[in-house]
Amino acid sequence: MLESLFLKFLPSLDPMTSAMVMLLGMPLLGFVIQIFIGKRLFRGGDWVSVGTIFVSFALSVLLFIDLLSSGPQFQWTTSWTWIDLPHFQLTMGILVDPVTILMLLVITTVSFLVFLYSIGYMHEDPRYSRYFAYLSFFSFSMIGLVLADNLFALYIFWELVGLASYLLISFWFEKPEAAEAGKKAFIVTRIGDVGMFIGILIIFFETNGLLHFDSIFSYVAKGQFGGEFLGISLLTLAGICIFLGAVGKSAQFPLHIWLPDAMEGPTPVSALIHAATMVAAGVYLVTRMFPFFTPEARTVIAYTGSFTAIFAATMALTHNDIKKVLAYSTISQLGIMMMGLGVGAYVAGFFHLVTHAAFKACLFLCAGSVIHALHTQDMREMGGIRKKMPITFTTMGVATLALSGIPFFSGFVSKDLILGESLSFAMENPSHFLIPLFGFLSTGLTAFYMFRLIFMTFYGEPRDSKKFDHAHESPWVMTLPLIILSLCSLAIFFTGSPLGLGELSLWGEKSQWVKYLLEPPSSSEHPTSAHLYALILSLTMAGCGILFAYLIYYKQTLSSEKIAEKFKCIYKTLTHLYWIDELYEWAVIHNLLRLNTLLAHFDNRVIDQVLVDGWAPITISTSTNSGDFDNRAIDQMLVDGTGKVVRASGKEVRKIQTGKIQQYLLVGLGAVCGILILLTLV
Amino acid sequence: MTYLGFIREHLLTWIVFLPVVGMAVVLFLPKEKAGLIRWTSAFFTLLSFLASLELCWAFDRSEAGLQFVEKMAWIPTFNIHYYVGCDGLSITMILLTTLLSFLCIFASWSIKEGVKGYFLMFLLLEAGMLGVFVSLDFFLFYVFWELMLLPMYFLIGIWGGPKKEYAAIKFFLYTLFGSVLMLVVMLAFYFYSEPHTFDLLELARPQILKIKDLNIFGIALTIVEFRRVLFILLFIGFAIKVPIFPFHTWLPLAHVEAPTPVSVILAGVLLKMGAYGLLRISFPILPQETYWFSYALALLGLVNIIYGAFCAMAQITLPQDRGGNDWKKLIAYSSINHMGYVLLGMAVFTTEGINGAVFQMFNHGLTTAMLFLLVGVVYDRVHHRKLDGFGGLGVQVPIYTGLVALASFASLGLPGLSSFISEALVFLGSFKVYPSITILATLGIVINAAFFLWALQKIFLGPLNAQYKNLAEVNFRELFTLVPLSVLILFFGVYPMPVLNLMKATLDRLLTLLQAA
Repeated sequence: MLESLFLKFLPSLDPMTSAMVMLLGMPLLGFVIQIFIGKRLFRGGDWVSVGTIFVSFALSVLLFIDLLSSGPQFQWTTSWTWIDLPHFQLTMGILVDPVTILMLLVITTVSFLVFLYSIGYMHEDPRYSRYFAYLSFFSFSMIGLVLADNLFALYIFWELVGLASYLLISFWFEKPEAAEAGKKAFIVTRIGDVGMFIGILIIFFETNGLLHFDSIFSYVAKGQFGGEFLGISLLTLAGICIFLGAVGKSAQFPLHIWLPDAMEGPTPVSALIHAATMVAAGVYLVTRMFPFFTPEARTVIAYTGSFTAIFAATMALTHNDIKKVLAYSTISQLGIMMMGLGVGAYVAGFFHLVTHAAFKACLFLCAGSVIHALHTQDMREMGGIRKKMPITFTTMGVATLALSGIPFFSGFVSKDLILGESLSFAMENPSHFLIPLFGFLSTGLTAFYMFRLIFMTFYGEPRDSKKFDHAHESPWVMTLPLIILSLCSLAIFFTGSPLGLGELSLWGEKSQWVKYLLEPPSSSEHPTSAHLYALILSLTMAGCGILFAYLIYYKQTLSSEKIAEKFKCIYKTLTHLYWIDELYEWAVIHNLLRLNTLLAHFDNRVIDQVLVDGWAPITISTSTNSGDFDNRAIDQMLVDGTGKVVRASGKEVRKIQTGKIQQYLLVGLGAVCGILILLTLV
Repeated sequence: MTYLGFIREHLLTWIVFLPVVGMAVVLFLPKEKAGLIRWTSAFFTLLSFLASLELCWAFDRSEAGLQFVEKMAWIPTFNIHYYVGCDGLSITMILLTTLLSFLCIFASWSIKEGVKGYFLMFLLLEAGMLGVFVSLDFFLFYVFWELMLLPMYFLIGIWGGPKKEYAAIKFFLYTLFGSVLMLVVMLAFYFYSEPHTFDLLELARPQILKIKDLNIFGIALTIVEFRRVLFILLFIGFAIKVPIFPFHTWLPLAHVEAPTPVSVILAGVLLKMGAYGLLRISFPILPQETYWFSYALALLGLVNIIYGAFCAMAQITLPQDRGGNDWKKLIAYSSINHMGYVLLGMAVFTTEGINGAVFQMFNHGLTTAMLFLLVGVVYDRVHHRKLDGFGGLGVQVPIYTGLVALASFASLGLPGLSSFISEALVFLGSFKVYPSITILATLGIVINAAFFLWALQKIFLGPLNAQYKNLAEVNFRELFTLVPLSVLILFFGVYPMPVLNLMKATLDRLLTLLQAA
């Protein structure tokens, strides 16, 4: 369909290439227009950005429809030489396969909806068109990231999304916190990026310059990727390095610290970048590079993911900032995805990325709608707005159920797959029992904090009546994206089966499109015998979570203060977020700054003042001394001394020059006599 | 047509001496007519720039050797020639020099005192710099090298900041010290070559330079040792210019005190001369010694990268009375960091490395020049450069903020901007040879990001400092100097081949020579 469309309108060009260039180029065009003339356009040019992203969205949908008809084997790729030196080439290229297309669909859909939503959310902002410019730039970079056919190209767009994230987090840069948060996000993720870059260097070195995904994989498959470093195979090491990039971008422990701070950015940005797409880029990277990871590297990934999942979930328990709760939830969910990929659940991990993108974007946009209405992010100042904001409430409820993993909702389908796989992984390798344990526990915690959020925000009595009176439902440009996203959070959307159990699907295998389209790389999937246990376990966990939340925050039969009092130590640790930031501050930043000061002093004092300027006094004293020597010894003594001697002797000699002839004659006579005497003597 | 033919035949001479012609014209202009002097200077630098574009147009990219060669006897008694030519190594530097000189004329508009003297010196400086890049005779090279020092000394010493005298004398003496070492090596080359020659191409031929054992100050040097001593002496001479740790301390001072356009030239062009000298003279003439020294060179590159980055960051963390808090100094130290990548790339003898190194020289010329121009813009308005003294300018001057952000991101190696490509090439090339050094060097990427973003935050983000609520946006003249650089940074970041095509043949040949050693 897509190809015939392009053949019709652009017959002279290769249809796929022009489609892809257009898909990538439209948001860039939007960015360029907005940044230069956006302000002068009608309505700040929002229609330019929305229009351009809509084109990309439409193209992605067409591509997706084509994919559904052609099946999971679909692959299209093109590349051209970018840097061409003697014995060295770097190429740029586009790779379109089911993973790419699913990512494109997610990115452009969420982007388009967020763009739409932003029209309402940002309409009063003085830098309205700049905001859309940055958003367009983000979409461009993100699309580029998933289209890239080699690691180097991916890295380029990887950094560019980081830039977009920086610009948008610190969009309200007058607020010092926002400025600080943007910087922190960029630097922390860059630490991961450097790890990834080192991974690229290792691969480049080991494979003699291969960076194209497929060629790396076939190189690895042939077992040519040898080498060891400190007893670890280079392949594992390179995998871990690459994964480091994902740790930074997807905010995995220990580089998770930037994401909660990133909530300083406008809420639609949080929805798009810091929930649905950019942070999922790490998961995408691991999916893309999946065949590259050795079992050891995957174990590292699984542990990182599962630990992050539970770690972040605990931090979400005590937070009162609605966006921060969601941020920690995002970290935790990304951890679940990583865990899935780590235990080999390739399809499930990626599937969760897709479902999560929809319901988490929905949650953030709902939170934005609430913030927009109440002008606060603190849940303690909310309450009882269920009736006033029915659409927001309903859609947020749906997304919450999806996140909590309740049947009929999308999160249930994908999360359950991951948990089942992790359970069977642990049954095969009992020493890794912690991985599913963390996973299941985090499910319970997730259900708890999400329902806590819902109860605190929408139920009970309004805690701040002034803000409550002011509240109202958001305009349609904001609620429409909410409705669409919440519809996408229903299980039926992904499976064709109301219950979300794939086996009962109504419309054949294609209706489970994510599963249908993804081909798991060779035998990575585990037998699904554990799925039933996993299902029961996870539902129990979620049920408990919801029950506790209901008892504490709705019925208030259990007092949260009393619980906090009872587990004071734990509570304090949680509210301080495990003192991680403080730890970094103390251990890294403090010492780095000390080193800084030390080196600067060294530079100033030792090198400059002593080693370089030190020559000045030496030279000066040498020159003073030689000057003195010159003056006294050579000039005054030797040179002038000679003069003095001559003068003095002249003075003496002058005495004999009297002018009297007789005297001269006498002397002359005496001299002649003297000579004669001398001659006779000799 | 014949006139044009005449110009084409002596294109390099025209490029070098057009600024001198300009000097002669300016000399006869009345000193009150500042505008006329400025425009005349602009005109002649423009001519030189256009001539260099013509050079670029006519340049044969597949030819590794020298082109546009002109050779005339100058002092026949000593076999000294006026011998100029250009190849892939020098052409990028020539283009950079003529472009930056032309743009800097417009950045010099804010010079109000001694306009005539200033532009005379500036034009002389340009001629000197171009002369260095085209010379193929060591003696001629040396003459131009020294010729450059003189105007630089006056430009810093007269039109500089509060500590200008100190900075100027330090710059002058330091570089002179390097020149003396170079002079020694030059004479050694001359007297040990058979027949005696200053011709750099002749000297690079293996049979010409016949170094013998030497007994000096009671120390007996074998041929190998003597050659190494010569390499080290020459290396120090060039290292001062690069500058390579620990010979770098003149640089921050000179940058801080120099007027904006002179800082631009210093960072954009002068720093390249050290690396250029190494590639043009040391590497081809003493290839075995280069190979012997390469590990040390890579290590020095690493030190430059890390140490420069840390010292740059210290500008933010240290108060002014302890030598910190200066925006210009921050950029100066970041230059030390960036030149570290050049050294690392040069040290590894791989295609990626050496192309990356020379491309990095070019890119550093663009980005750092742009950063210094930008500092100058705000300095002209508020007369200070204290990082602490701004705050929130992003609201007040959005275009300026955007340009600074672009230059800073280019400098910290953001993909899509030109420096990224050169840095990545250097890393790709050096990892093959020195993996551990390369991995340590990547730390520089993080620190670079940290201090540039921190500086951006201090100056532009946060609430607007009320003092600057009337700060004027960049004007047209300033944009005229900044936009071309931005466009080039962006263009070469996306499509670097135009520059790489110019240099790759020559560098490949140099590499073959070195790998044979």
